[in-house]
Amino acid sequence: MLAKRVIPCLDIDAGRVVKGVKFEQLRDAGDPVEVARRYDLQGADELVFLDITASADDRPTLFKTVEQVAREIYIPLTVGGGVRTSADVRALLSAGADKVSINTAAVLNPDFVHEAAERFGVQCIVVAIDAKRVKPRKKDADEAPRWQVFTHGGRKSTGLDAIEWAKTMVEKGAGELLVTSMDRDGTKAGYDVELLRAISDAVPVPVVASGGVGTLEHLEQGFSEGGADAVLAASIFHNGTFTVAQAKQYLAEHGVRVRR
Amino acid sequence: METIGVIDYGMGNLHSLAKSLERVAGNQRIFVSYDTKALLECDRLVLPGVGGVRACMDELRRLELDQMVLEAARKRPLLGVCLGMQVLLERSDENGGVNALGLIPGSVVRFPDPAPETETEPHHERLKVPHMGWNQVRQTRPHPVWAGVPDDSWFYFVHSYHAAPQNPAHTLGTADYPQPFAAAIARDNIVGFQFHPEKSQDVGLKLLANFVNWNGEGA
Repeated sequence: MLAKRVIPCLDIDAGRVVKGVKFEQLRDAGDPVEVARRYDLQGADELVFLDITASADDRPTLFKTVEQVAREIYIPLTVGGGVRTSADVRALLSAGADKVSINTAAVLNPDFVHEAAERFGVQCIVVAIDAKRVKPRKKDADEAPRWQVFTHGGRKSTGLDAIEWAKTMVEKGAGELLVTSMDRDGTKAGYDVELLRAISDAVPVPVVASGGVGTLEHLEQGFSEGGADAVLAASIFHNGTFTVAQAKQYLAEHGVRVRR
Repeated sequence: METIGVIDYGMGNLHSLAKSLERVAGNQRIFVSYDTKALLECDRLVLPGVGGVRACMDELRRLELDQMVLEAARKRPLLGVCLGMQVLLERSDENGGVNALGLIPGSVVRFPDPAPETETEPHHERLKVPHMGWNQVRQTRPHPVWAGVPDDSWFYFVHSYHAAPQNPAHTLGTADYPQPFAAAIARDNIVGFQFHPEKSQDVGLKLLANFVNWNGEGA
């Protein structure tokens, strides 16, 4: 049977892996090929590259990085960050990406997702959803939780309801959803499992959990409570707190079917 | 020098596959092309493919690659990967029903859509479509491409439809989702993988190496 996936996420800036807290205090964390190879050997099921390069002029650097990694690493690679046009999608796929992740451009023009899915296949179109909890109004504090979609790294509200947005994106052709809780991102307090479960229940496509992992237990909760099909994490792997192999060992011991 | 032809009909991403083949090809040349005449001169052919089956068959026909593949498949080793495997069958239910190459009797059908959540089947045990990720392949019969590939090895899949060969002997290996489906198929000098060997680490490369060293016999 299909295994649940563990996916390290790498922030890429001008051809280097960087780490930092919420885009600040960026520190060089190595060569993308070396870091990717390390995770591959540890048993990562896929890799996600998030391009955070500020300048659009550096786009060719990203393509070169993707090309180098794809030549060396034989596991699926998703690339996101600044994907705005079909030409961007084509260029990334040609460089060796297996999937591209679309975020802001999907909000600006939902039909872009449809166009890309038609052209390149739903299997390579991931839609990233950055969601923030809407504070309940005081008088009905027990109302069902709601989340709103944000763009631009969580800075810009869209007014869109995250669950409805997830459904719309799947109708448009998203083959997978990467769901990040902006409330939890960088906190190490665990995934927003309510958000994950609400979206996972609402759509038929795989859901990747993101935002907030601090412990291996959090990964397990992404599956058991959030209903996710894959868990994404960055800092616990980059900081050397845990290896991917340790994460999988823990998951297997707690009844999650993983590839080992 | 022998040549491995990779059929390029403008659909999706064949770079990964071409690069993986290069890695295992030894002194064989990798030739990526849509030139029917040149491809017919290759010693073995690989038909990749991602995306929808209608667009795939339309492009193969427009470039007259469908006839070329049928001609080549009479004697040369031919490998179909993912959608390139699905079009080896007679027809696919995708896109409202599309006739395919018909090299292997049978059709391509969709996984059932996930059932709604119930008390007895918690949501996280529902099966999502596409079938995306790593799954184990049980080898249901011997074949030269399996040489040195352990039974129940993990391979990377991403697809919503799967092959249903008419003749069980044409199934080479199965994966469970939740029922067993044909993950690898073969007939004479033709093989097809639903999974992506080029995305399945060492064991995927081993499978590709076996194909590029296969003379199309002993299957």
